[in-house]
Amino acid sequence: MDKTYLVIGDVQLVLAASLLLINIIISVVLQLGLGKQLWMAGIRSVVQLLLIGYVLEWVFTLEQPPLILLVGLIMTIMAGVSSVQRTRRRFDGIYFNSILSILASTALITGITITGIIQVNPWYDPQYLIPLLGMVLGNALTGITLAIDRFMDDLTTGRDRIEAMLTLGATRWEAAHDSIRMALRTGMIPTINSMMVMGIVSLPGMMTGQILAGARPTDAVRYQIIILFAIAAATALASIGGILLAFLRLFSTTHQLRLDRLRRLP
Amino acid sequence: MPSNYLSQQSGITPLLAVQALGRQIQNRWIWKNLQFDLYPGENLAITGASGSGKSLLLRSLANLDPIQEGQLWFQGKVLSSYAEPYYRSQVIYLHQRPALIEGSVEDNLRQVYRFNIHRHQSFDRDQILAYLAALGRDNSFLTRPSSALSGGEAQIVAFIRALQLSPQVLLLDEPTASLDLETVYALETLVQYWQKADPNRATVWTSHTLEQIHRVTQRQFNLQSL
Repeated sequence: MDKTYLVIGDVQLVLAASLLLINIIISVVLQLGLGKQLWMAGIRSVVQLLLIGYVLEWVFTLEQPPLILLVGLIMTIMAGVSSVQRTRRRFDGIYFNSILSILASTALITGITITGIIQVNPWYDPQYLIPLLGMVLGNALTGITLAIDRFMDDLTTGRDRIEAMLTLGATRWEAAHDSIRMALRTGMIPTINSMMVMGIVSLPGMMTGQILAGARPTDAVRYQIIILFAIAAATALASIGGILLAFLRLFSTTHQLRLDRLRRLP
Repeated sequence: MPSNYLSQQSGITPLLAVQALGRQIQNRWIWKNLQFDLYPGENLAITGASGSGKSLLLRSLANLDPIQEGQLWFQGKVLSSYAEPYYRSQVIYLHQRPALIEGSVEDNLRQVYRFNIHRHQSFDRDQILAYLAALGRDNSFLTRPSSALSGGEAQIVAFIRALQLSPQVLLLDEPTASLDLETVYALETLVQYWQKADPNRATVWTSHTLEQIHRVTQRQFNLQSL
């Protein structure tokens, strides 16, 4: 195979890792107490990335759609689980809700992007499917975390306001409407912000990677544009799904606000 | 038994009927087997030591919390036969801490007409000005921002916001706690004013002062702690 990029050797990795010394020296001098965490984070990221490199090489050799879909499903479930882990409040079924929202939104959007827009043939070609799915998942998970965290926060701090509306005859939907809107905005803000500065402040990782790998910049930006819209759509859908499922859980069909179903993490 | 329960009552159908009501929090019964009626035109006080669950009872009457045992009846029909928004537009619970939205007093009063249940009604400025006149305030009060209101004024707005919807029952959960006496009288006047318009209207009060209970209610229901 004709390589158009420089292959990184082990010595070069060690050199790069030595850059971590800068962080550690700063931590020691300024007594930030982060030394141990920096070591841990450095080692973890190296081990995790080397491992995933091997996993991906194996995945890219796969030719059976069910096996590739299984890999995608595992990635999705992990995204769903970690989206919940960064929220400050919990209710029963929150993991199921997040996994379901992320699964439905990313499956739909990644599917449309792969088959309808990029028109990959065969559709399950892991070289396209897996990185695309990964990027969409990563952003959808941030969106859903921010959205449901904000929603649960708003219901808790705005309890008096919401119950005042319920006591005056509002339906649960009418009472929750403002909180739902705010939560959705919160979930969408990182995506909108990154679209605004795209190419000016930030050169996105995927585009940079393609350019390093020898792709023409004008081709790389086209991929980036597609992925940008896929991310925006999937994040919006995942956030809406997560909020609505939380809404159904935290407001009963008898139009009661059920904060007793919510518990705050210590 | 629910089926023959109402036939035991003679004559008038109670506005609210409480039957074998029980409320549990984290497997502990707060109260159990409550039984009382609220008749048209009546003003009832719920009394009991602090922690006996007076607030919880009023919240349960407003159907804000799930109840673990028993039944509630409104105008002779079991509560579950009503849509909750309709029921709550007829039986309004007023909280000790008024919760207003950002904006002027008038914005707050108009907000409730956006709810589907009140769509057929509209903001009645004359009625509001009559309420305000009864409190010795003029229409400049309507333009005040809700953030600039004192605690007592905010409670006045919360009261008018509820009364303009012409409910049948008001559930008043220590509505005048920590307010100055002048505002306390103003709020009581407001409730009397609303009740005069239809003598069938009834109230349920909890209060931290006995004077107020004697002033505004005729009958007491005492909550025994379990």
